[in-house]
Amino acid sequence: MEILIEHLGDFGDGLLLTVELAALALVGALVIGVLVAALRVSPVPVLRAAGTAYVQILQNVPLLVWLVLAVFALPDIGVLADLFTTSAVVLALYQGAYMAEAVRSGINAVPVGQGEAARALGLTFSQSLLNVVLPQALRTVVQPLGTLAIMTIMNTAMAAAVGVVELTATANRVNLAEAQPIWIFVSAGLLYMALSVVVGLVTGATERKAAILR
Amino acid sequence: MFEVRGLTKQFGESYALRNVDLDVARGEVVVIIGPSGSGKSTLCRCLNRLESPTAGTVLFDGKPLPVEGRELARLRAEVGMVFQSFNLFQHRTVLDNITLAPMKVRKTTRPEAERTARELLDRVGIGAQAGKYPAQLSGGQQQRAAIARALAMRPKALLFDEPTSALDPEMVGEVLDVMTSLAREGMTMVVVTHEMGFARKVADRVVFMADGEIVETGSPEEFFAAPSTDRARDFLAKVLAH
Repeated sequence: MEILIEHLGDFGDGLLLTVELAALALVGALVIGVLVAALRVSPVPVLRAAGTAYVQILQNVPLLVWLVLAVFALPDIGVLADLFTTSAVVLALYQGAYMAEAVRSGINAVPVGQGEAARALGLTFSQSLLNVVLPQALRTVVQPLGTLAIMTIMNTAMAAAVGVVELTATANRVNLAEAQPIWIFVSAGLLYMALSVVVGLVTGATERKAAILR
Repeated sequence: MFEVRGLTKQFGESYALRNVDLDVARGEVVVIIGPSGSGKSTLCRCLNRLESPTAGTVLFDGKPLPVEGRELARLRAEVGMVFQSFNLFQHRTVLDNITLAPMKVRKTTRPEAERTARELLDRVGIGAQAGKYPAQLSGGQQQRAAIARALAMRPKALLFDEPTSALDPEMVGEVLDVMTSLAREGMTMVVVTHEMGFARKVADRVVFMADGEIVETGSPEEFFAAPSTDRARDFLAKVLAH
């Protein structure tokens, strides 16, 4: 127990970095998810193909491979960014593919008549998507987006493998010094759990607030 | 106002429309009747290109309907449509349903759009429901809100695709009343319906369709008194039997 108190500062720093990484990745993933989902339902075949290709390529390579590739290959082609930024961008791009699929399922759940009514009034495809279809689609996928948000938090641990000293890497470092794996990793696990409880509560509240009467 | 020539629509192997010709003049009320699956709705939906025809042309104000994109959106702003299932935007209040298109398409300011919306809601008799969500309204009220939404764009013509088919019987009248007063005011209307009373009373011309073709067309007096085809006689015998 006293090990934890001794390393409270380390754990605090690690937790803070995890939260920052997750928050940046989440915002990025949500933006990418909505954009890619919009591409996938576009009436223009080239855009649809681009959206599908994005999802397939990002989902079908493990996150760890993307992270390692980005950290080691990007500098080779002249893109220099620190490890934290690289990890946040890779996480956002990767989770964005999953978000896109969740948002697309929400779009498909909106009755066809809603989009038809919007277009019949003279709204363009993008206007009807933005003002009529997406607001209803997002409301129906709050719960799956919340699950993906938790997945994003858990996946920030992958950044430990490429040298970002977030919560998992911190636990690992403290353990190398103290050799008390059970106490140290159980504590790290409880902190991850606390984060997902917060996300779960926010998701539930958002869902109740966003529910539409049908 | 609408000139339809050789309109054909195929869904896979089956024909929803075969070589249909139809003219609708400015201010005319054309009521399309016929059995289910006769292509009435498809014809109606081809008039604003919610359905794209396999062959044939539709002219609106002498110009062919644009195929897609902004041009098509601009045309649709001129042609209002009322659906069987209302299709009010579920996440917006009745007032916001009506102001959306004028603000986004016509770039009307919000106060101006809201003023027009409230006038229209009063006109269709549901001024008190402006702040409610569609699901809080009865079917008849929703359909009247949908008509107000279409009118807010000041359309040159209105298309009605079975506007009363999803309503409880006691609510059909209030919607037909609104439609009748629009017709009286000279609105160009194409109405797909099973309401024979409305066709008889309000239509300038009745179009009878079966199997994707226009079988017969005429004034309501002629058509209901003495249909000239067996198909129409058979249909009328069935729908007017009770």
